[in-house]
Amino acid sequence: MKMDIIIVGVGGQGILLASRVLGRLAMNAGRDVKVSEVHGMSQRGGDVITHVRIGETVYSPLIEEGTADAIIAFEQMEAVRALPYLKEGGRLVVNEQKIMPMPVLSGTASYPETFLSTLGRAGGLFAFDALRVAMGCGAQRAVNIVLLGAFAQGQTAAQEDWLEAVSACVPSKTIEANRRAFLAGWEAANEHEKRG
Amino acid sequence: MTKSLLLGNEAVARGAWEAGCRVISSYPGTPSTEITEVAAGYPEIYTEWATNEKVAMEVAIGAAVSGARAMTCMKHVGLNVAADPLYTAAYTGIRAGLVVVVADDPAMFSSQNEQDTRYHARGAHIPCLEPSDAQECKDFVRLAFEMSEAYDTPVILRLTTRIAHARSLVSLGERTEAALRDWAKEPQKYVMMPGNARRRHPVVEAREKKMAADASGMAINRAEMRGRALGVVCAGVSYAYVREAAPDASVFKLGMTYPLPEAALRAFAAQVDELAVVEELEPFIEDALHVMGIACTGKAKTGLQGELGVGKVREALLGVSRPLRNEEPVVPRPPALCPGCPHRAVFDVLKRQKLNVFGDIGCYTLGATPPLSSMDTTLCMGASIGMAFGAEKARGKAFSRGSVAVIGDSTFLHSGITSLIDAVYNGGTITVLILDNRITGMTGHQQNPASGKDIHGNPAPQIDLAELCRACGAAHVREVDPFDLKALEAVVREEVAREAVSVVVVRRACALLEKTRGACVEVEACRNCGVCMRIACPAIARGTDGIHIDASLCVGCGLCVQVCPFHCIKGGDRA
Repeated sequence: MKMDIIIVGVGGQGILLASRVLGRLAMNAGRDVKVSEVHGMSQRGGDVITHVRIGETVYSPLIEEGTADAIIAFEQMEAVRALPYLKEGGRLVVNEQKIMPMPVLSGTASYPETFLSTLGRAGGLFAFDALRVAMGCGAQRAVNIVLLGAFAQGQTAAQEDWLEAVSACVPSKTIEANRRAFLAGWEAANEHEKRG
Repeated sequence: MTKSLLLGNEAVARGAWEAGCRVISSYPGTPSTEITEVAAGYPEIYTEWATNEKVAMEVAIGAAVSGARAMTCMKHVGLNVAADPLYTAAYTGIRAGLVVVVADDPAMFSSQNEQDTRYHARGAHIPCLEPSDAQECKDFVRLAFEMSEAYDTPVILRLTTRIAHARSLVSLGERTEAALRDWAKEPQKYVMMPGNARRRHPVVEAREKKMAADASGMAINRAEMRGRALGVVCAGVSYAYVREAAPDASVFKLGMTYPLPEAALRAFAAQVDELAVVEELEPFIEDALHVMGIACTGKAKTGLQGELGVGKVREALLGVSRPLRNEEPVVPRPPALCPGCPHRAVFDVLKRQKLNVFGDIGCYTLGATPPLSSMDTTLCMGASIGMAFGAEKARGKAFSRGSVAVIGDSTFLHSGITSLIDAVYNGGTITVLILDNRITGMTGHQQNPASGKDIHGNPAPQIDLAELCRACGAAHVREVDPFDLKALEAVVREEVAREAVSVVVVRRACALLEKTRGACVEVEACRNCGVCMRIACPAIARGTDGIHIDASLCVGCGLCVQVCPFHCIKGGDRA
């Protein structure tokens, strides 16, 4: 398994935790892995990007533009911002949520309405309302793990390996809710695939 | 052997623990903060947040000179603050190992400049080690302690953001206790007055020559021979980029970037047709090679600014670039003050009173961003007060009747207090706002002397900022809650008008510290006047039909309730 994954969203959405689960999964599978995180000022509501690289031997902690196998986006516009990283035919798992940045809130810019079609042109897109899925399974705070579950569906790693990685990374009191969230995300992607 | 997926910073902490480190004193600073936070979890190590990097350095030096392995961690600009003790500790030497961890921030993810710590290593004549991944972070800490004791010198361990904040696999080991070394009186070595310092300077020079000679035999400086057409000299994260961008190139991987292994580098250069240096920030290695008379390329191809990456390095080394995808333009998403942030009201008042604002370093620097846009200067930790005072001396007291200095609680204790004393002593009339949010915020919530807790969250003596300012000679010190907007406006107006040094302690805990959130505010019959948009709350969005409050973001601080001129926003804790 060689896999370069970009995870993007807005500070405070639980992106670091999601990237850690991926790192854990790779480690448990005996792969080399690097996870590049963002701390500090950007976390104050700014755009956040983490790079997860899995392979035989991983050198660079950063994924080069145009080479990511997948992007998991916690917010629509952040998916578009990260698109230059995606390789041709790469996979996009996108939360349909829109979070307005300050220039939009203050009226100096508008949030483009065409993002989903932009993303659709990139191919391999699965966009869904991850918050609704999270609330549907009683785990509204685990939107990040819902998205991870949706990404995991269709990957080579077995579901139980994913669940083990999730359980190892989340606070012990929230393991059950996060497992439900993961499975709900997985199921959502599964249904999307069946519908074609 | 157990493997763990650790941040570079976590691996540095683990390395310190395994190497028998006993004392760590640090001041928080991105991207170095997590080292000391993680180290605080090891009961064998005494850890603390010091008031600033100079104090932290002195505590660490004191511990080392007294026989315990000690470490201090800071960001690059922190080393400027701590440079004074470090440069002379290079003369005295240490008794037990002393490791100075400094994290540089290429591309300035969370910093005000892109300075390069390696120049401090050269300036102080002490070694500088640079790990390339988390495993090396851990291994190099132990090595740094050993070198420190072998050569009787402080050792710098230099990280960059992509090393400090990248996770990779680390083999964990156990702790090796390092016995406390005997205390002995050696004033000729440790009392640095001129007569003694003159005897120590030759020792520094001889030590540096010895280290430079030994460097070529060190295992961490290694030639990896592959193709002969291109040889690349690199260190730190640049090594990772080079290996991926030019897998066929021969590489000289430097584990120590000061002093350089001249003999080994010469031998490497002789074996390749073309030699290139790949390094972030300054041409530190490149310039040194030129002085040695070794021809190489470097900054002309990689540039001085920002961070490198595989793409940039490939283009520099091989002249090959990948076409970039051209996508739909997106709106920037700059960081913003959080919903419920107590700083918001302050900048709203400062803007409406049209004051000149000398700012400082912390979350509140975001008061400079639109639409608050109410900060005129930000320089370095503690500069706000000194600069406001300097402006008064340049432009007269009338200028101070329209100006304030704004500084956070932790930043004031770090290095604002000395400037306040200076302004009092030299007859200033400035107004200082201390934004006391009860925590060191931007770096992710570290305790400080005003928060009443130590690094472990245990109760600690609490410094009373208002009393402290009075003791410094500020005759007029007032405290105000920023969520009482009217009171805040009045206090700022009165104190700015006052022709004396006055301090306003604006006190309200960071919104992220509040465990419970208030009820979300509600909007009734909004006239869509847009006045509430001026406070730049991420929870308030404006549509054609009026404003909308995002209930998932609103914490019920009630600031918008106080701002709405038509009383259309209801609720909020303090409305």
